[in-house]
Amino acid sequence: MFTTILSMIITLFIALLLAIPMGIYLAKAFDYNITGLDKIYEPIEKCLFKIGGIKKQNQTWKQYAISLVLANSFMIVIVYMIFRLQGILPLNPSNIAGMEPTLAFNTAISFMTNTNLQHYSGESGLSYLSQMIGILFMMFAAPATALAVVIAFIRGLAGKKIGNFFIDFIRAMTRVLLPISFVAGLIFIGLGVPQTLDPSITAQTIEGTEQNIARGPVASFLSIKELGNNGGGYFGVNSAHPFENPNALSNLIQILLMLLLPTAMPFTYGRMVGSAKQGRTLFISMAMILVVFLGITLTSEYQGNPVLHDMGLQQGQGSMEGKEVRFGVGQSVLYAVVTTASETGAVNTMHDTMTPIGGMLVLSNMLLNTVFGGVGAGFINVMMYTMIAVFLSALMVGRTPEFLGKKIEVKEMKLIAVTMLIHPLLILGASAVALILPQGTEAISNPGFHGLTQIVYEYTSSAANNGSGFEGLGDATPFWNVSTAIVMFLGRYFGLVTMMAVAGSLAAKSLVPQTVGTLRTDTALFGTILLGTIFIVGALTFFPILVLGPVAEYLTL
Amino acid sequence: MERVKRLMGPIIRTSFLIMIIGGVLYPAAITVIAQVIIPDRANGSLIYNGENEVIGSELIGQNFTSAKFFHGRVSSIKYDASGSGSNNYAPSNQEMIERLKESAAAWEKDNPNTPLNKVPLDLVTNSGSGLDPHISPDAAYAQVSRVSEMTGINQQNLIELISKNTQGKELGIFGEERVNVLKLNLDLVELL
Repeated sequence: MFTTILSMIITLFIALLLAIPMGIYLAKAFDYNITGLDKIYEPIEKCLFKIGGIKKQNQTWKQYAISLVLANSFMIVIVYMIFRLQGILPLNPSNIAGMEPTLAFNTAISFMTNTNLQHYSGESGLSYLSQMIGILFMMFAAPATALAVVIAFIRGLAGKKIGNFFIDFIRAMTRVLLPISFVAGLIFIGLGVPQTLDPSITAQTIEGTEQNIARGPVASFLSIKELGNNGGGYFGVNSAHPFENPNALSNLIQILLMLLLPTAMPFTYGRMVGSAKQGRTLFISMAMILVVFLGITLTSEYQGNPVLHDMGLQQGQGSMEGKEVRFGVGQSVLYAVVTTASETGAVNTMHDTMTPIGGMLVLSNMLLNTVFGGVGAGFINVMMYTMIAVFLSALMVGRTPEFLGKKIEVKEMKLIAVTMLIHPLLILGASAVALILPQGTEAISNPGFHGLTQIVYEYTSSAANNGSGFEGLGDATPFWNVSTAIVMFLGRYFGLVTMMAVAGSLAAKSLVPQTVGTLRTDTALFGTILLGTIFIVGALTFFPILVLGPVAEYLTL
Repeated sequence: MERVKRLMGPIIRTSFLIMIIGGVLYPAAITVIAQVIIPDRANGSLIYNGENEVIGSELIGQNFTSAKFFHGRVSSIKYDASGSGSNNYAPSNQEMIERLKESAAAWEKDNPNTPLNKVPLDLVTNSGSGLDPHISPDAAYAQVSRVSEMTGINQQNLIELISKNTQGKELGIFGEERVNVLKLNLDLVELL
């Protein structure tokens, strides 16, 4: 128990040590002024800009937003076609047929929106070509898009020019995603993750039977899956598979990769708006939620399942159903909390099997969608809550709300209010529809209160672009494919566009001089107000559904 | 509209550019390096017998059913490594409780000398992957009495075998102590 807690403290401490330099690096990497980094990257990027037909000119926030939505939509269309036609396209040694339309629709949107909800099985549903130029391509394109958008968003807040989507997109690839994934991929192979183009091998076991072992280019997939907060597994069970996560060290690196970009973002922001303290306040506020959630989840999983306790088996390991021995309860819980906080969606334990309270906490991470959040989109969400907190505080003392020297007025607040409402609306609205229709309720695999949680979890994971699931849910049906695809799409692009509008609108305003009466947004007091806002606005919305699902299950066990 | 049209050029070209870099060049480069530097690992940490035939992977669990071998964890897919998965039973699911009762009854029948309160939970629960290669050291020790009886190897030797095959926590801190069932059984076969 002691070493388990120590291992968590060390893990989170390393994450912190990486977050600060990474944050500064990101601010530099996307700086349009000439920096030292240009020497290394400029020659390659010049060539890529030429091939891509990209001109170095600033865009307005509208042009930026249109570029991002159009580019992503175009990618969805080509990848959809690849999935549909994979049966007749090359690189298909196992003769896998073209994907069914609703499943292809779901999968293309899922990977473009950084969700990676997988209603197919990787081992049998996709050809090599689809895995490479469909899935892997989008695993780069989705976080590159998100990274570009968040940088443009912060530029707007900082009163700078918004920038150019295509330049930021390419820079996200060359300066962040490709180099880190490459190094991490090689480390993973050293730790035992396979990287081979030979598909599977048949072993003659010592009991005299045969075992067919699926393999593949897992390591290259794994590193971008974690770094980009994608989360889609090469194998069906994701990082619970011993090939996709062979030991506690590969587990540690995966956790660090998942946290790297989301935790760096507050520091990038601090540097770009010229106040490191602003960034620190946000980081500490979010880190506090993470640590508290981790503590509660850990306690719940160690207490285990009371039903099993009554059977007279040896106690002490905690709840082991759905977990792997090499991770035990400790590393499984840490991974589950981090993957839902960072909206990655990779899993090393089956979340469906978690104790009711443990399952509720990982669900809450996604319901709040602000505990660091996924690369880019998560931070934009945090900023949304920050502005709500500024607005509420200002109302309480009767002043005009100001943020980073700009007045937040009716136009911005309307946009923010709509953005805030879309998340619960998607989750609760879609869950209600699924509960009414037989196509929805037939998918439930664990009866009782847990069944409700399965449905809510699926839509929450979609809306928050997480991608993990209570995987017992039989969701590979047209109803679930189409409904979650719509939720994923709106959950992704609606908020990105409205918040870009907020940034664009703030950027156009003139600075208000700071006075003694200005609410400071870099203090512990503000951090507390922010946490209060997140919990009151975010959590209360979902309180009833949590009582009916996990809490009721807990009380009736 | 004119402006949107002007965007389509870069959108199409950049998309295909990233598709080639991220989807083809990147995995190809890693594969080549891995196959040159560490082919054993890159090919799945396979274990070979004397005749150079593959008998398994040290990372993938196998389905041991004979009473003379140490057994691994419950696997709803019977350790079929062409796929992966488990039942995703919620703690409140009645089917899981039934399965556990069956496991407990089977244990008492096969291991009359070892009471249930010596059986750690990992031995009677389904792993997440259905391919878990490990059990906890306690889960291995609990099987010593049965394996000794079935194989005729004395208990002390088996205990030594388990302790030899016990892997500690990574760097002394991360993860859990564990025993690789396949490797343990391979060592066991040598003593037969």
